[in-house]
Amino acid sequence: MRSPDLLRHAWAVASKDLLVEFRSRTAILSAAVFVVLVLVVFNFGRDPTAISNVDLAPSILWVTFTFAAILALNRAFQLELENQALDGLLLAPIERSSIYVGKLIANLVFVATIELIGVPLLALFFNVPVLSYLLPLGALIALATIGFVAVGTLFSAMTVRTRFAELLLPVLLLPFMIPPLSWAVLATGRVLAGRPLSEIAGWLNMLAVYDIVFVTLAIFLFPATVNE
Amino acid sequence: MRMLRVGRWITAIGLALLAGVYVRALAFTPIEQSQGLAQKIFYLHVPAAIWAETAMILVGLASIVYLFTKDPRLDRFAASSAEVGTVFCAIVLTTGPIWGKPIWGTWWTWDARLTFTLFLFLLYVGYLLLRSAIPDPAMRARYAAVLGICGMCEVPFIHLSVYMFPTLHPMPIVLQPGRPKLPWSMLSTWLLSLGVFTLLYVGFVVQRYAVSYFREQLEAAGEVGHA
Repeated sequence: MRSPDLLRHAWAVASKDLLVEFRSRTAILSAAVFVVLVLVVFNFGRDPTAISNVDLAPSILWVTFTFAAILALNRAFQLELENQALDGLLLAPIERSSIYVGKLIANLVFVATIELIGVPLLALFFNVPVLSYLLPLGALIALATIGFVAVGTLFSAMTVRTRFAELLLPVLLLPFMIPPLSWAVLATGRVLAGRPLSEIAGWLNMLAVYDIVFVTLAIFLFPATVNE
Repeated sequence: MRMLRVGRWITAIGLALLAGVYVRALAFTPIEQSQGLAQKIFYLHVPAAIWAETAMILVGLASIVYLFTKDPRLDRFAASSAEVGTVFCAIVLTTGPIWGKPIWGTWWTWDARLTFTLFLFLLYVGYLLLRSAIPDPAMRARYAAVLGICGMCEVPFIHLSVYMFPTLHPMPIVLQPGRPKLPWSMLSTWLLSLGVFTLLYVGFVVQRYAVSYFREQLEAAGEVGHA
């Protein structure tokens, strides 16, 4: 199959998911409220006189995104379980990989929306100067998010059909999230401290390599998770 | 049945030789100058670590071939290798702190190597949990294969991420470029131990493989639930 078709079909799957989400808005609203709550909880879980906000901000940011992303990822295939919607999707005359890419795009849009809410709130609650570092911070968040959402989308396709889906996904996913997460936390710290970009280039490269490897791997492996 | 017996024999020989490794390491190998007796743990720790990591790579390779051939033997091997790898990882994670307490003064530190082994252990546990959460054998095998391949691909990333942090852990002295920096008296004990751990890995995997086979037969006969 030609690649324009793959992308066109993927977009069809993604826009279906996003339309369902846009019509109901329950998941995104709950996720947004969840982000606010996690940030508020962090405010009480620290001693502002001992550690300065800027030092703690990267950890707060990424722990919040991790939890929010895991909640969001469970949703993608849960949607398809109702009324055997997944069977309908699998019967459609499209490549299995395009279903994965579609789900990946929808999840990325979903998680990006949460992150768009999270970053300004972090700046507001913890008085972190994000405005002057918006571009490198955005690139960093995008690179890290693509990597773990790619793995998460693949795993959620498997875990939804097991018992304890909500618990199993984080257990499987967290060991895979930790490498990109640890690079992202270190790099975010440098960005917020106003260090030159060359200092984080190594981490950005690692994140890009991680993204390429796992997106490719997931595209190849996804058919194995849905074929009967 | 024959396979189970063969596995038991290999394991028994391995365990007997392991006692031999202890004797040789404690009585016939010189004591290291700066670390004293604590260094003896190196003869168990490093071979176990090598096999813990190799087992994950074997799980990944078996999983790749499984997805192409759908041969149930490969799935059984992957499951067995993962379980044995978990045990070896646990050995590394327990012997490490025992050495770390007298030498570093702390049981645990967020050192690069320690963190890596912990990740590997968590990967194994996730793999085994996924297997236990799926009742259907064909689905279990496919899902486990997907996770096994991802796990194998993640190993180099964890390696890279841990080497970007400063480390307290001793640098490799055997598996390093150039000749091993170890006197022959110590190296020979270590090589013996590596051989014994290889034997133990094979013995455990063969036994575990036989058990999975019997379990599948019983499952097919509908006598037990899934593991």
